[in-house]
Amino acid sequence: MKRFFADYGMIFALLVLGVLFSWLTWDEQHPTGASGGRQLGKMIVKQTTQQQRIVVLARDGAEDRAFTEELAAQLAGKREIVAIIHGSPQDARKRIDRMLTEGSVDLLACTPAVSTWPMLSSLPQLSEIPVLSPEPYHWPNFLKADNLLNVANQIVVIAVLAIGMTLVIITAGIDLSVGSLLALAAVASTWLIRDAAGGEAAGTLGVVLCCLAAIALAAAVGLFSGAMVTGFNIPPFIVTLAMMLVASGLAYTMAGGQSIYQVPDSFAWLGRGTALGSIPNSVVLMILLYIIAHVMMSKTVLGRYIYAIGGNLEAARLSGVPVKRVILLVYLLNGALAGLGGIITASQLKSGAPTYGIMYELYVIAAVVVGGTSLMGGQGKIFGTLIGAFIIAVIQNGMNLTGVGSYMQKVVLGFVILAAVLLDTLKRRGTLNLGKLFASKTA
Amino acid sequence: MAAPLLSMQGITKSFPGVKALRSVDLALHAGEVLALVGENGAGKSTLIKVLGGAHLPDQGTLAFDGEVRQINSPVDGRNAGVGIIYQEFNLVPQLTARENIFLGQEKTRFGCFSRQREHDAALALFKRVGVAVDPEALCGDLSVAQQQVVEIAKALSVEAKIIVMDEPSATLTPQEVERLFAVMRELKSQGIGIIYVSHRLEEIFEICDRVSVMRDGTGVGEATIADINREQLIEMMVGRKLDKEFPPRATQPGKERLVVEGLNRGTAVRDVSFSVREGEILALAGLVGAGRTETARLIFGADKRDSGTIALDGRILDIQHPRQAIANEIGLLTEDRKAQGLILGQSLRENFALPNLDAFSRFGFVAEGNEKVAFGGFVESLRIKTPSQEQLAGNLSGGNQQKVVLAKWLQRNCDVIIFDEPTRGIDVGAKYEIYVLMNELAAQGKAIIMISSELPEILGMADRILVMHEGRVTGEISDMPNATQQMIMELAVQ
Repeated sequence: MKRFFADYGMIFALLVLGVLFSWLTWDEQHPTGASGGRQLGKMIVKQTTQQQRIVVLARDGAEDRAFTEELAAQLAGKREIVAIIHGSPQDARKRIDRMLTEGSVDLLACTPAVSTWPMLSSLPQLSEIPVLSPEPYHWPNFLKADNLLNVANQIVVIAVLAIGMTLVIITAGIDLSVGSLLALAAVASTWLIRDAAGGEAAGTLGVVLCCLAAIALAAAVGLFSGAMVTGFNIPPFIVTLAMMLVASGLAYTMAGGQSIYQVPDSFAWLGRGTALGSIPNSVVLMILLYIIAHVMMSKTVLGRYIYAIGGNLEAARLSGVPVKRVILLVYLLNGALAGLGGIITASQLKSGAPTYGIMYELYVIAAVVVGGTSLMGGQGKIFGTLIGAFIIAVIQNGMNLTGVGSYMQKVVLGFVILAAVLLDTLKRRGTLNLGKLFASKTA
Repeated sequence: MAAPLLSMQGITKSFPGVKALRSVDLALHAGEVLALVGENGAGKSTLIKVLGGAHLPDQGTLAFDGEVRQINSPVDGRNAGVGIIYQEFNLVPQLTARENIFLGQEKTRFGCFSRQREHDAALALFKRVGVAVDPEALCGDLSVAQQQVVEIAKALSVEAKIIVMDEPSATLTPQEVERLFAVMRELKSQGIGIIYVSHRLEEIFEICDRVSVMRDGTGVGEATIADINREQLIEMMVGRKLDKEFPPRATQPGKERLVVEGLNRGTAVRDVSFSVREGEILALAGLVGAGRTETARLIFGADKRDSGTIALDGRILDIQHPRQAIANEIGLLTEDRKAQGLILGQSLRENFALPNLDAFSRFGFVAEGNEKVAFGGFVESLRIKTPSQEQLAGNLSGGNQQKVVLAKWLQRNCDVIIFDEPTRGIDVGAKYEIYVLMNELAAQGKAIIMISSELPEILGMADRILVMHEGRVTGEISDMPNATQQMIMELAVQ
């Protein structure tokens, strides 16, 4: 327990932020979509008698259709729905007028938005008919399922990149090229699909092969960085700064400075598709990658070697660790993950452009550092990085919800990163020990 | 007689766990060259750092020209007229000689620094030293001897009356040493007092007026050079009596196991050949920089050798990398445990397992349970004092750290174990335990190489001694009952 909080103390910060933004975004909620339909259905069954003739009113759109479908399903066999009307107030009025000539209407069931239409109360022929819509309730906007998925979706690319960056930073290195590698892979995959796999008509296999080729390209650039670092002892900062320019330039050249959008719909499967319930495929992939990386770092020989190299390179070498090979592998993995981040981005946006991923290296490094990984190397936890990425995402999302401007957001984010590192430094110096604090309270 | 230029009295200085200086007295007169000698770790550099203001003494006073002054910082030292020339020069290689001399005290004219004034002043300083150096040459382009002159000029530029030279001749050619002596005589004639730290005894007899000897952090004696001979000086340096610091040994070395021939690496290791027998402890003796550690690193593959062969049990080994040495069951306990032997931020168990992960893993996954069982055995048998296996290595005492490093190699069942300064920074009780372990390993038939700067340790533990000097083996002592510290020092200082 003590160890857990020492390793993942930042989880407190994440929880505090969650509570803070929940409080700040506490708001009246009007149930819409399927959940609204379900709630209204139950309400009608409870409050009305069986003989009533019900007209359902809703606007067009997927959410309103889900509302009416769920409501119809709830009432099926219990109440009689005489009509379901989708459309504008004008359409609805015409239909209702016609129906009133055919027989009486006892109840209007409608979505929260529709219940505020002025005609419902102003038209004499409607003012007599009771109107029911889902009851409003109070719940933070921040904690709505849609918003939480939105947070996950926003951060998924940064989080995937941050896995590789964590490995690199644990070896006491740094990689500034990941943002450019992301753009390179995004452009390379879409370029290959357009020019080699048939563009919009490309088959699934072709798309997969093109994506793998793009990831391999990014991995190769990562391997090259690693070779420069291990072979010639050039500081990683310099090597990857150079590769940042190289990869970005290649991406612009390959794309001709334009976006490439000639891709089939299937290309969006990873970024927009949801094979498991409502969780996006990219988020599922991210979780899988984090589990794999965690196991690798905590259970395998390779993980031990990576920590050992960052902890004390010379001691590791004199203990027989194949230092150069491990560092090469780490940069290669980092490149591949940046490439995968590029594929996810391209898939989310269904296009590839060389402008993707600008400044991402800084957000990625920030996520790693906020997650408790030391830039000195040798220390850090994979799930700490995930927490770090989510802290950044939650701060951004929370500020969006509370109406903080995007310029001011940068200021806040900057101070948050500084505060996280300060906290970590104090903890290391022993001035502050979250683990001990917690252990002494529970003991 | 006038008050001495410098009088240090009762200087005491402790570091965590070590008493580096115990009430040391030192006096230096104007126009005198005082030799400061002693074994490695005797406290010479600490004393110099106290003088220069880099360390604050716990007790004791410093008096300059009879006036007691507090030296709290290097600036205070400089203002008191102390110029220290360290072995590693404090020159910025990208700046010129002139810029280095006046760094931090630029000569100005109307608020701007004046190149001409500095240039003239630098020339005047070089003239005082008696050596011509171009003030506008980049320091990085100057020879070691010229850089030394720049350092001396820099010291003189702040009106230094006391100049300390730490091993100034170590990196000079014989001709350059002669020129350095000429400079020193020139400075002497100007009334400057010089403290000369050196291991080279013949130089001390050539240039110095008096000698002050330190041992174990105390001053053990002073003498005028004219009244003393070389043998007496060596005796003063090492003069400690051997008591029962070492466990008894009764092993008879067997057949040759490790045979090293013609090992070379630049000037650090030159044509080194030797062999170690089964059950034998071979000591490599010599001063710091004699090439002992460098030799060990070549055997272990930590550095690339220019030439030479390494054979174990008659089989020539291809060692280019520590991995290959480890695969051939050679282990190295480095002299600097913190920088090279352990990962201080990781647990003892992880440190222990690092060279043994091939045995502790299946399909790339570490079997932590096996690690714990194996390391638990060593915690018990080596009596490693720790609350748990998960303790961070950095939290252990030196002796226990050394035992963890030893456990790394014992788990591999190494045939050859190289101990580089095995008891450095370890307290007396733990030292004895390490010695017992070394004897046990020898009794098991392993070949052991021990590098040590402590002469009593060498005499107490070794079956045979190789002495090195400037990268070469200068002698072998195998008649251990009659071996003395003097014999080793004679070979080590040449």
